[in-house]
Amino acid sequence: MNITLNGAACETAATDLAAALVELGFADAVVATAVNGAFVPAAARGDFQLNSGDQIEVLAPMQGG
Amino acid sequence: MRPFYGTQLANGLMLGTAQYPSPSILADAFRRSGAGVATVSLRRESGRERAGQDFWALIRDLGVPVLPNTAGCHSVKEAVTTAHMARELFGTKWIKLEVIGEEDTLQPDVFGLVEAARILAEDGFEVFPYTTEDLVVADRLLQAGCEVLMPWGAPIGSGMGLNNLFGLRAMRAHFPDVPLVIDAGIGLPSQAARAMELGFDAVLLNTAVAKAGDPAAMAEAFAIAIRAGQMAAEADPMEPRDMAVPSTPLIGKAFL
Repeated sequence: MNITLNGAACETAATDLAAALVELGFADAVVATAVNGAFVPAAARGDFQLNSGDQIEVLAPMQGG
Repeated sequence: MRPFYGTQLANGLMLGTAQYPSPSILADAFRRSGAGVATVSLRRESGRERAGQDFWALIRDLGVPVLPNTAGCHSVKEAVTTAHMARELFGTKWIKLEVIGEEDTLQPDVFGLVEAARILAEDGFEVFPYTTEDLVVADRLLQAGCEVLMPWGAPIGSGMGLNNLFGLRAMRAHFPDVPLVIDAGIGLPSQAARAMELGFDAVLLNTAVAKAGDPAAMAEAFAIAIRAGQMAAEADPMEPRDMAVPSTPLIGKAFL
């Protein structure tokens, strides 16, 4: 299905968020996720079903002041 | 120094991690300053580059408490969602809450700030609100559940120092038991020392160190200045006065 990952269009064969993260290169990465503007905790990713057109944000620790 | 949500910091320097010329210079700055807190943020991660993973490893090696921020957030919803992501990512209830309301000055949207602070405090966060020196807003933030206040010294990244000494002094006097941090606008160690002399508990800064020619040396200079200012505040400074008073005793002066 077509989704948006961090603002860029992309495709995934996964149907849930946890599987999509693995497929998109985030296996074992320390990241936090939100779908369509709502936070999805790590423990809930496996049960979170994705729909075509979903906007996924994957954030990681970054420099800040 | 007053504790921050029950945590006693090693010192009153909260140092940002952005804009350093290299990761090793960042690490040097933290080592030389012994900063009590490292401020960090969250940004989009690329599945290929995974830059955030390397940064996180570097920060963990510093062994310093981290204070994640909601920098760049302009709405309550954005700030609250970012805070939730930060809590999971960094494993801390601490959040430096920024809700920006004005682009030129990066002034906080104090209305959104109070609302976001209330939502987060009710959800168990320990909120460090980046605010103005407005006493009414400060009171609302405390009512919302904040136990720390972080008034700006001057606009973020400006290096102008303490723009409103009267307002900052008034804030210290109004809230004698609240841990107060000067956040933003500090450009020189003397300005940080002044903040501590006023009785503030910590100073949060980033650009002044990261953009210095020698960031590690500047970080140490700030650490020394902050310690000096804190010692001075604890030593109960003299009251200034308008007219001269001789410091050498007049008794026994020779009649010449």
